[in-house]
Amino acid sequence: MNLKEKLITSFLAFENKVSTDTETTVHDTRSKAFSHFEKNGFPTRKDEEWKYTPLKSVLKHDYTLFPTTNTAIEFATVKEYFIHEIDSYKIVFIDGVYSSYLSETTHDGCDICLMSSSLKKPKYKMVIDHYFDKITSKNDSVTSLNTAFSNEGAYIHIPKNTVLPKPIQIIHFSTGSEAQLMLQPRSLVIVGENSHVQIVERHQSLTNNVVFTNSVTEIFAAKRAIVDYYKIQNDKKTASLIDSTYVQQKQQSIVSVNTFSFGGNFTRNNLEFHQEGEHIDSILNGITIIGDKQLVDNHTLVNHNYPNCESHELYKGIYADKSTGVFNGKVIVKQAAQKTNAYQQNNNIIIDDGATINTKPQLEIFADDVKCSHGCTIGQLDEDALFYLRSRGIPKKEAEALLLYAFANDALEKIKIPELKTRITKLIANKLGVELGFEL
Amino acid sequence: MLEIKNLHATIGDKEILKGINLNVKAGEVHAIMGPNGSGKSTLATVIAGKEEYEVTKGTITLNNEDLEDLAPEERAHKGIFLSFQYPIEIPGVSVTNFIKTAINETRKASGQEDLPAKDMLKKIREKAELLEIDRKFLSRSLNEGFSGGETKRNEIFQMAMLEPKLAILDETDSGLDIDALKVVANGVNKLKSKDNAVILITHYQRLLDYIVPDFVHVLHNGKIVKSGGKELAHELEAKGYDWLK
Repeated sequence: MNLKEKLITSFLAFENKVSTDTETTVHDTRSKAFSHFEKNGFPTRKDEEWKYTPLKSVLKHDYTLFPTTNTAIEFATVKEYFIHEIDSYKIVFIDGVYSSYLSETTHDGCDICLMSSSLKKPKYKMVIDHYFDKITSKNDSVTSLNTAFSNEGAYIHIPKNTVLPKPIQIIHFSTGSEAQLMLQPRSLVIVGENSHVQIVERHQSLTNNVVFTNSVTEIFAAKRAIVDYYKIQNDKKTASLIDSTYVQQKQQSIVSVNTFSFGGNFTRNNLEFHQEGEHIDSILNGITIIGDKQLVDNHTLVNHNYPNCESHELYKGIYADKSTGVFNGKVIVKQAAQKTNAYQQNNNIIIDDGATINTKPQLEIFADDVKCSHGCTIGQLDEDALFYLRSRGIPKKEAEALLLYAFANDALEKIKIPELKTRITKLIANKLGVELGFEL
Repeated sequence: MLEIKNLHATIGDKEILKGINLNVKAGEVHAIMGPNGSGKSTLATVIAGKEEYEVTKGTITLNNEDLEDLAPEERAHKGIFLSFQYPIEIPGVSVTNFIKTAINETRKASGQEDLPAKDMLKKIREKAELLEIDRKFLSRSLNEGFSGGETKRNEIFQMAMLEPKLAILDETDSGLDIDALKVVANGVNKLKSKDNAVILITHYQRLLDYIVPDFVHVLHNGKIVKSGGKELAHELEAKGYDWLK
């Protein structure tokens, strides 16, 4: 039985288990999504959007869909995966199951809690009916698959005029209790008018057992809301991730999604921004540093529907060994979206001959009074720059690392949580195989 | 200190240096002048070890040690410093952090511990003062958005920090107004001692009014065609280079 068949045969049992009476709309949503997945299955390379991103090796495993063992983890053993230097809310899952022990949630003035309870409890019904699965792509069978099996994940609802005093960390651990595990977290983030929230998310396996995560997050930013979302992708080389993030913004809101992809075997990021109001700013940043046979694919879409909005997109990639990078940046400027300012940049450095990058900007502009710029570069390290550093006594390897760090720096500069910035910088140094010999 | 014998160097198929002989002793200042394309900058980068150039004949020795097989960083560790005409911008790495890295890597190469933070700060403060560099400047990203004067001042600041045995200053005077030139020259003069040596590479005699050379060499078409004392610079200023060709 292949993975698709396995998923199809387990759907009914799953629905029976999680469904409750209050959940009729959710039930309908799941069923509809399930039919879509059943009809279309997983995408193949014949699909234009998946041309350079073969899923085959990810799908070949015999995944456990619903792990039965409950594994506890001590905080001390996983502390390094938290930004533990700062106070934060935490929503933590172990093998897809909520861990109250590692979490720190709240219902005081806002809801920072679990998707599963929000889907079930009547008091959340109105919110769920209003927001759940409202902005996901209905043409993406992988997202449909997640919707069909949606049950657990983070649920964050910040009412209006609230500046959250500390960031929220969402961490999905897998323990290796199953030889091959598939996880499908589903999260919902709703940020009210004038409110401000910072979120750090990561998927982390604790062993080298195979894990495949198909994650979907919907983010709603109301008028003048500010959302900063950081994704740390530094998983084990046996982990694969498809991470789809859908963002809807109302007028004057600012949402940034920052994706740091260093680890994993296979990573596909789908990022969609839908602007529903004027004077919106959408910010998309990414740093990818990979080697071996790793693959990272960043697929982005920004939908400019209203006038006077901006989008700023900056993706930097460093590819060593036989790694593969894919960047596809779609920007759609609707006819109504006059005075749009859309900026897109994708810069790549290829370190070894065996590495590949496929980059494709896609601009579809239907308005006439707009400023849209895009650029992609693929290069190598500048020999003159390298000589400059070495002539000051900095050995070749360190000099290369310093230049690569400098190359990624402008995307790094956007991180607004200092401790997180330090952490990411350390991960970069680590990934580049050097001690960057300076304080940060 | 530095001894160059019959040095030939090529880049690609093109021979740029065609038999250079030069002897620089400790305590001396040498000026190398010459028209554009004569090979001045090539000579500087070949001494510093740029790998794109191939030395096809001849030798370069520093204190009797052949430099041929040494990487640029190893030459730096032995005490060679090259001030660049066009230094590279390094966003995200401050002037301070860069020089700390350079100093500690150099120390590491000779088996020394990192310089204690307190000593490092003290040294940075001293040298910054010498070159009239303020503290804000030190926390800026290296060479990013620097003016011509700031760039050169920063190069000499790094030289002051690294305390090389042999400093090669490539067109350090270009892009400097007279005030900046005086500051830079003053810095170089104060760093000069009987134990180190300086090679100035320059187009114009102007810099030599402030840093007075013991010897002046004229480079033309990859060879030193004339050597003399500081008065040669004045002669070149008056007559140009044509009479030497």
